[in-house]
Amino acid sequence: MADTPSITRDDVAHLARLARIDLPPESLDHYAEQLGVILGAVAQVSEVATADVPPTSHPLPLVNVFREDVVRPSLTNSEALSGAPSVESERFRVPRILDEE
Amino acid sequence: MSTDLITLTAAQTAAVVADGSVSAVEVAQAHLDRIAAVDERVHAFLHVDTAGALAAAAAVDAARSSGVTLGPLAGVPLALKDVLTQKGIPTTCGSRILEGWRPPYDATVTARLKDAGVVILGKTNMDEFAMGSSTEHSAYGPTHNPWDLERIPGGSGGGSAAAVAAFEAPLAIGTDTGGSIRQPAAVTGTVGVKPTYGAVSRYGLVALASSLDQAGPCARTVLDTALLHAVIAGHDPMDSTSADVPVPDVVGAALRADVKGLRVGVVKELGGEGYQAGVRQRFDETVELLTSLGAEVVEVSCPHFPYALGAYYLILPSEASSNLAKFDGVRFGLRVGEDDGNPSIEQVMGRTRAAGFGPETIRRIMLGTYALSAGYYDAYYGSAQKVRTLIQRDFAAAFDQVDVLISPTTPTTAFKLGEKLDDPLAMYLNDVATIPANLAGTPGMSLPIGLATEDGLPVGLQIMAPAMADDRLYNVGAAVEAALLDRWGHPILEEAPAL
Repeated sequence: MADTPSITRDDVAHLARLARIDLPPESLDHYAEQLGVILGAVAQVSEVATADVPPTSHPLPLVNVFREDVVRPSLTNSEALSGAPSVESERFRVPRILDEE
Repeated sequence: MSTDLITLTAAQTAAVVADGSVSAVEVAQAHLDRIAAVDERVHAFLHVDTAGALAAAAAVDAARSSGVTLGPLAGVPLALKDVLTQKGIPTTCGSRILEGWRPPYDATVTARLKDAGVVILGKTNMDEFAMGSSTEHSAYGPTHNPWDLERIPGGSGGGSAAAVAAFEAPLAIGTDTGGSIRQPAAVTGTVGVKPTYGAVSRYGLVALASSLDQAGPCARTVLDTALLHAVIAGHDPMDSTSADVPVPDVVGAALRADVKGLRVGVVKELGGEGYQAGVRQRFDETVELLTSLGAEVVEVSCPHFPYALGAYYLILPSEASSNLAKFDGVRFGLRVGEDDGNPSIEQVMGRTRAAGFGPETIRRIMLGTYALSAGYYDAYYGSAQKVRTLIQRDFAAAFDQVDVLISPTTPTTAFKLGEKLDDPLAMYLNDVATIPANLAGTPGMSLPIGLATEDGLPVGLQIMAPAMADDRLYNVGAAVEAALLDRWGHPILEEAPAL
């Protein structure tokens, strides 16, 4: 049975970094409190999740759904780029991906 | 004339269009007029496609004139939840991060509706990315319940349910991940069905939790939901989780409406404490009604259902945190903070996601990130998956004893806007009765069974059936509906105050 860990503002800052959400520092305490309450409530699952129970990840017992490998119509280049915030030379244009130095 | 047209059922509308007594354009215009008259107060729609709706209706009229036999829903207007793509039409999922995005393709559901001659009026409001039970988490403001504009219409598909309840459309499409079709139906006095997982294609449905999401029909009658179910269901090679099995005869079942000898189980764990007295009263009366119609009603225990809510609020955030990673300001939607200094792509992603996501979405992404992180995975996500197995076993054992299960759809009637907005756990408890069916992948329906005496607001009955036995929902639902209509002498929505 998992103890309910208390969530600190540092934990929230770490989770926000992992999730790539640039949270304002003044919001961290409020999120910490709410996440702590939610985790405290959901932790009850461990009461019945004993070692002999197999996990279920999906409602349908599907494995390896294949289709024929044939060319079919798909989006054109310009359709695929039509919703992009920034486009250059028929590609998605992105901010720099490397460090400055 | 136009007032009459908006009160017709979908089945009646299709019949008058098919026999030529009314044109599909007149029907569409009557609903567009209704939207113009009431939606400023209801706010069911995020986008109304006037030109597209009238063109689609004109195409139905032209087809009829040229002698084409129309399908069972041709010319019937529909409201589409804004989580399904429609080519060229704004699709926001209730989020700022997708504001202005016009998808370059139709969802399979959308394509099937168009092929059937259904007239899509516009896109309906919803909690952001379908996370919520009130539509208050929409970035574009809440939808108001037509029964009382100060109250929530349910969520996440509150816009679809309110559009149907306010006679802005006879049909709507919702999606149900933990109750987002059934709970709004319950609190607006309408009918909503979550089909068996895999019955309706998820292609073009912006994913929240891929192992739980399922699109389904919303309407004012059981037969109308069945007609819509039949149009949208069926195998789709574009969705690898689509079930390659025949669609049950849901329309035939809705027309049969006979529960004699049917075994009905009342779920012991979904009722009693925590359920509003007026909800319990209407539910108990419905149990008596089913008995009087010849059903054998027994109590059935599903001992692990009390753990479903906890499992759901671990599984959903885990899947959502992964699915929503695609909103990164690169391929579609918002991009924020690019010109502030010389930021890296990761900094721009962080700024974009902070600006584009609302607080509930951020909570759930962080919850999912936590549940999946090293050291906590087994205790949280792993345990939740085991509970999912136990829920499935509970359903299997119950359906060994009975043909369908019933419960109240929601613990309470519609609550006030703002009442639970900053109390996530209180908001989550609205879904306590609907979540088990999502975890098991089994189908469920909500239909109105009266008004609670203490507040005069609609109460919903939930019917649940085994996977791929969706037809049983329609049979039982139609039988209850017919008996109640007989008792009341008019449809329940006639009791709603005029808008």
